[in-house]
Amino acid sequence: MILVIAEQRDGKLNRATWETVAAAQQLAGVAPDGSGGDAIAIGVLGASGSAAAGELAAAAVSQVLVAEHPTLDPYTPDAYIAACRAVIDSTAPTIVLLPHTYQTRDFAPLLATRIRSPLITDVTGITGTGGDATFTRPMFQGKLAAQVKPLGAAPAIVTMQIGAIRADAARLGGSPTTSRVSVTVDPTTIRQRPEAPFREAKQAVDLAQADRIVAVGRGIKSQENIPLAERLAKAMDAEVAASRPICDNGWLPMERQIGSSGQTVAPKLYVALGISGAIQHLVGMKGARTIVAINKDAEAPIFEVADYGIVGDLFEIAPALIAELEKG
Amino acid sequence: MKIAVCIKQVPTREWQPRLNDQKTWVREQDVSYEMNEPDAYALEEALRLREKHSGEVVVCSAGPARVQSVVREALARGADRAIHVEDDRLGAADASVVAGALAAAMRDEQFDLVLTGLQSDDQGHGQTGVILAEGLGMVSSTIIMEVQVEGGSLRVKRELEGGWFQWIGMPLPALLTIQSGINQLRYATLKGIMAAKKKEIRKVALPDGLQPSQQIVGLAVPTRSKQTRMIGGSPADAARELVRCLREDARAL
Repeated sequence: MILVIAEQRDGKLNRATWETVAAAQQLAGVAPDGSGGDAIAIGVLGASGSAAAGELAAAAVSQVLVAEHPTLDPYTPDAYIAACRAVIDSTAPTIVLLPHTYQTRDFAPLLATRIRSPLITDVTGITGTGGDATFTRPMFQGKLAAQVKPLGAAPAIVTMQIGAIRADAARLGGSPTTSRVSVTVDPTTIRQRPEAPFREAKQAVDLAQADRIVAVGRGIKSQENIPLAERLAKAMDAEVAASRPICDNGWLPMERQIGSSGQTVAPKLYVALGISGAIQHLVGMKGARTIVAINKDAEAPIFEVADYGIVGDLFEIAPALIAELEKG
Repeated sequence: MKIAVCIKQVPTREWQPRLNDQKTWVREQDVSYEMNEPDAYALEEALRLREKHSGEVVVCSAGPARVQSVVREALARGADRAIHVEDDRLGAADASVVAGALAAAMRDEQFDLVLTGLQSDDQGHGQTGVILAEGLGMVSSTIIMEVQVEGGSLRVKRELEGGWFQWIGMPLPALLTIQSGINQLRYATLKGIMAAKKKEIRKVALPDGLQPSQQIVGLAVPTRSKQTRMIGGSPADAARELVRCLREDARAL
């Protein structure tokens, strides 16, 4: 049995859950037509899980389990791992798969420690099936990819990097049974008191709607050089965006940040100027149709996702590009 | 308030990896090291909290003898003393072993607050802090962008995805994993560097019986998912060719 823990809030399923279902089907050895393979269960946790469970019942899996408890909304790690344990106990899985979201990152190490299971995070690929599988995950900021095997007692807990497997690769058409798992959470064991989520910036610019984006990274070196990126963006009829360090330094406002902690974009053209391509940035932009990388380091991971690459000094390349574009 | 900051020494961003003969780890003799960036922000946050609430900042690190250089750097930036779990095997250890080693060395100190970076720039498991919290019997919260101490409890701003945040209250003692960019880093002054030489670094042996939870069976340069057209030549030539490609081939301009 392979168990997927879905992520949902207010009945709305996190899209990454479908990516995780696709990963589970690969791991289970499900055929392209949705038949065969190991059994897969999907656990849906929440104060109310029925809506998300209904959506997931379209997947080619064997069962959907709904674990509802009023203490599960809003999310706290203490209540959540109690619910996870109930779902794990009722399915006895060999592997538990989750999307590598910020919420998973908050509770999965605690869950793994409590049930004495190995945890492998940020997985981008799976080789083999079931308990013999090997997992690929980035190391050294994506400069290397490691093949990793879990050590210790089942279940192994594995978190899938967002975007590593396409959500539309998930096979549909199963007729899973849907059942309820009873969850007991002692409210006095919940140590955290979460307040309502909020958004800081008013999102004056909606980068998700931009056709073209010129994004700057550490390679721009100082705030005085930001106008160079702005001039290139103007010449390309593009919006300016940035990787996290640029916004952390206050060189560009937070709402222009692309990546896991900022916005996710898929423009027609994405020009990465002096961006090395840390995973946290790549997840926010690798869906762009055409990606251009300009970086002095030929080994920078950004070139892995680029359609066009120029290795060189951006302070020479960007002015040359502006001159070329302004020729018309 | 007694605050611990856990710091890891990691390869520099400029370092180009070379593999060992077994292709299971990197050639350590080629590596130049620096302080893990999120840990540097955790240290800065600890120093700011000490300035506001008084108390002590203790740097904790688990690694081979080489990690002394980042421990000294943290002391030079203003930490009061350090605990170093020293063992060559910690250089490539996973999060379970590192967290176990730190928990054993830190348990008797009875810290009020433990800060770590949210993940390391080398193995990047993003687990050590949370496992350590469990080992110390503390509540934890991750990816933190602001810390407020109010009496005996904490109120922290946790980063969610896509520009969302959330305030979370919790009791002390607690462990927080700190997000890069939470504050502006300070650098060591000459006075700080001189003072650091006299500060205590307590060495602790790696306890027996810590079990890794995963094994690296192979390490490689990642395979390209895309065919990348590399454009060479002078800046002017490269710019001309790129604009032509974007206009005529990709039709992106």
